[in-house]
Amino acid sequence: MRSAALPAGGNPLGLLRLPGGWAIAGALTSLIILVPIGAVCVYLFTPASENWPHLVDTVLPEYVRNSLWLMVGVTLGAGSIGITTAWLTSMYRFPGRNLLTWLLLLPLAMPAYIIAYTYTGMLDVSGPFQGWIRRVFGLAYGEYWFPEVRSIGGAIVMFSLVLYPYVYLLTRAAFIGQSVCVLEVSRTLGCSPWKSFSKVAVPLARPAIVAGLSLALMETLADFGTVQYFGVSTFTTGIYRTWFGMFDAVAAAQLSAVLLIFVFALILLERWSRRRAHFHHTTNRYQRLPDIRLSRGWAALAFIACLLPLLLGFVIPTIQLIIWALETYETMIDHRFVTLAWHSFALAAGAAVVALVPALILGYGNRIHPSRAMRFFSRLSSMGYAIPGTVIAVGILIPFGALDNALNRWTREYFDMGVGLVFSGTVFVLLFAYTVRFLAVSLQTVEAGLEKVKPSMDDAARSMGSNRAAVLREIHLPILKGSLLTAIVIVFVDVMKELPATLILRPFDFNTLAVRAYELASDERLADSSTAALAIVAVGIIPVILLSGAISRSRAGTRPI
Amino acid sequence: MNTKSPNHLEISGVSVELGGSRVVDNVSFSLEDGEIGSLLGPSGCGKTTLLRAIAGFEQPSQGRIQIRGQTVSGAGQHLAPERRRIGMVFQDLALFPHLTVLGNVGFGVRQMGQDAIRRRVFELLELVGLERYADMYPHELSGGQQQRVALIRAIAPGPDLLLLDEPFSGQDLELREQLAREIREVLRQNGVTALLVTHDQLEAFAFSDLMGVINSGRLHQWDFGYNLYHWPADRFIAEFIGRGVFIQARVLDETQLHTTFGVLAGEMSVSYPAGTEVDLLLRPDDIHYDPRGHITARVESSAFRGADHLYTLVLNDGARVMCHAPSHHAHQPGGEIRIRLDLQHMVVFPRAGSA
Repeated sequence: MRSAALPAGGNPLGLLRLPGGWAIAGALTSLIILVPIGAVCVYLFTPASENWPHLVDTVLPEYVRNSLWLMVGVTLGAGSIGITTAWLTSMYRFPGRNLLTWLLLLPLAMPAYIIAYTYTGMLDVSGPFQGWIRRVFGLAYGEYWFPEVRSIGGAIVMFSLVLYPYVYLLTRAAFIGQSVCVLEVSRTLGCSPWKSFSKVAVPLARPAIVAGLSLALMETLADFGTVQYFGVSTFTTGIYRTWFGMFDAVAAAQLSAVLLIFVFALILLERWSRRRAHFHHTTNRYQRLPDIRLSRGWAALAFIACLLPLLLGFVIPTIQLIIWALETYETMIDHRFVTLAWHSFALAAGAAVVALVPALILGYGNRIHPSRAMRFFSRLSSMGYAIPGTVIAVGILIPFGALDNALNRWTREYFDMGVGLVFSGTVFVLLFAYTVRFLAVSLQTVEAGLEKVKPSMDDAARSMGSNRAAVLREIHLPILKGSLLTAIVIVFVDVMKELPATLILRPFDFNTLAVRAYELASDERLADSSTAALAIVAVGIIPVILLSGAISRSRAGTRPI
Repeated sequence: MNTKSPNHLEISGVSVELGGSRVVDNVSFSLEDGEIGSLLGPSGCGKTTLLRAIAGFEQPSQGRIQIRGQTVSGAGQHLAPERRRIGMVFQDLALFPHLTVLGNVGFGVRQMGQDAIRRRVFELLELVGLERYADMYPHELSGGQQQRVALIRAIAPGPDLLLLDEPFSGQDLELREQLAREIREVLRQNGVTALLVTHDQLEAFAFSDLMGVINSGRLHQWDFGYNLYHWPADRFIAEFIGRGVFIQARVLDETQLHTTFGVLAGEMSVSYPAGTEVDLLLRPDDIHYDPRGHITARVESSAFRGADHLYTLVLNDGARVMCHAPSHHAHQPGGEIRIRLDLQHMVVFPRAGSA
């Protein structure tokens, strides 16, 4: 009520001054964001298409089986790497620890499909590694056993190598937040170091571990490029095949809906464990870590344990990509590559800016009129980070395709001509899909930024003669600048890496770096795909650096801003 | 009180409603030019809402607020906060984290020229001894330094009225008192009219000329600190300000009461007809430890406070009173001590429970 009667009028956002105005804006925003998810969910309850019984009989069990195996494998793989590295870097001192602490995040920059292409190129029958084995041992093809990279096992390894940082990040934060006293008490009660790790530290960090794992599993379920390339049939490849192979939108949507059930389970798991994690963090005060100095041998082991994931998940594949790129750049970097890069850049930049709009509406709504409803809307709208791009694409194409059809029918009737695919065939749907998928990122960043602008700062500025516009310009904008920029950068990079939604929704003959890398790799031109892949990885390093900066800043004795 | 000049701040019958409930209820008081006032009350009593209404952040549903004779709220008017010429110091200080001390203090005078801003800011920084910190950011300062910056930022534009919303609550006790004294001195030197909101009566005593006690949105008494303590207008104030207990008494005539101590005589706060049952307020300083006193009391509990003991005593008829005793006279609970009553005047209220 406080602002409704102010005489200083002329505000174009007059509606937003009403207490209900923000709630309405928030509701509208999340309603729009939820269109694709809703469109897919509707198909849980619609009659099946003619292909559905066939799908259920033939491929569906395989999709479910493969998805479950992947989830089990990634849980073990990413879980063990993430927890081990988190424990070592937070509790022990060994050479290179400080550097490794943030270098361990680097695999986040490596999209799973790119690491999959790279290792296939290296470890395939025709690859340099097996060639070396044959040369050294004088064996011929078929005379020795070598694990097949393009398999479900290979996929599990690839996912584990690039997704463990989620577990590492959250678990490390939990270890750091744990009271060291708890660990010391357990030692005085007779636990060996190993026992106090397994019986005290890990159980205490369990909510964080579960949250990290559920993020990794969401990415696993959302992956399309890796499983498609490895020939492992999962929901995402199935949806793609049903849509483009069988042209059966209904069946694709129904597959999407089934996949969403898995996703929702993960979302609930993550939310639940994050809530529990709250109880374990009784204090935000800086905890001095025990910083146990290791003897030479153990230090070497710890160093290797932390170096291996980094080597396998980032350094080796990157070196391979660089080697390939050096071999092929003369033919690959041409005007077409420039076009690709421009498309990727423009799309990513556009999406990053577009995604800020709903984030700002929801963020400011929550700040100005905090209410259960507003919080609910922003929670709901940030669900997209868990929804696979394939599902979002299907959920967008169905309603907007129908909208385009209706529009064309109408224009043909009244103007005797069609207007073409105004929505579904243009960049519009791409930007929309990216916004849905990555809104959580920008919303979170905007909210974190807004938290720094305390309401009393608005009041202080106004008591010193600033009107509302001046408060926004002189206080909010400068304080938020960093957060807004971070939001833009992170969404930008996520869009650069995004593959399935781009693949399905892109306008005809419109390519991006990610799509090109996928196409070339699918044609077995792995070396040729390296320039595009390398560009994506290079850009992907930016948010990792931002992230590591944020982590080191969150420690005591550093600037809070 | 001086009635020659018009009141600097005049609050007349102000009520504020928030979310449908009346948080400030028909409050009236005034401050003269250069006076410092305090609004005192338990948390959630509406004192901060009243302050925010004066600042213009909340709109009163009734009543009128005038600053220097100009109506800023009321009679269909509501001047925006930025046009009221008020300065405000916030509980969380609200220093702008992206601006240096110079930028923060200069924020309210930024329409002046670059040189004029610097001159004004440094003049104020000198006042609080922070000249060397002009180029630092708020997070690089200590709590007390931040507090001083928040204060001079608020007075930099030369506001007509300074409002302080529990500005010392974030500091430890020792610093609080020092800051309150220091800031009062700065305000005095600059002739600033100010209104402080606090829940700490010692802070209010130390800081202000006039004080008001608010409870449940109502202003119970607006008076000098001395009067609030010695002539509380009602039971709430008697209990809220200072310590004290009530003992039962019966009115004999306009100057005499019959109590468990016998007949007491003195000036009475309110006169009641003879025979009325009343409660008499006894402050710890009304009761003196005196080995030759006529009254014997049993020590129920004692609190050693360095300079003195504060005893809770039980009288023969079971009534409890409190008494300060010199530091080196230690008596164990259960023991008996002798006391003497020394009432300058008698504060009485109608007997609790009876009409």
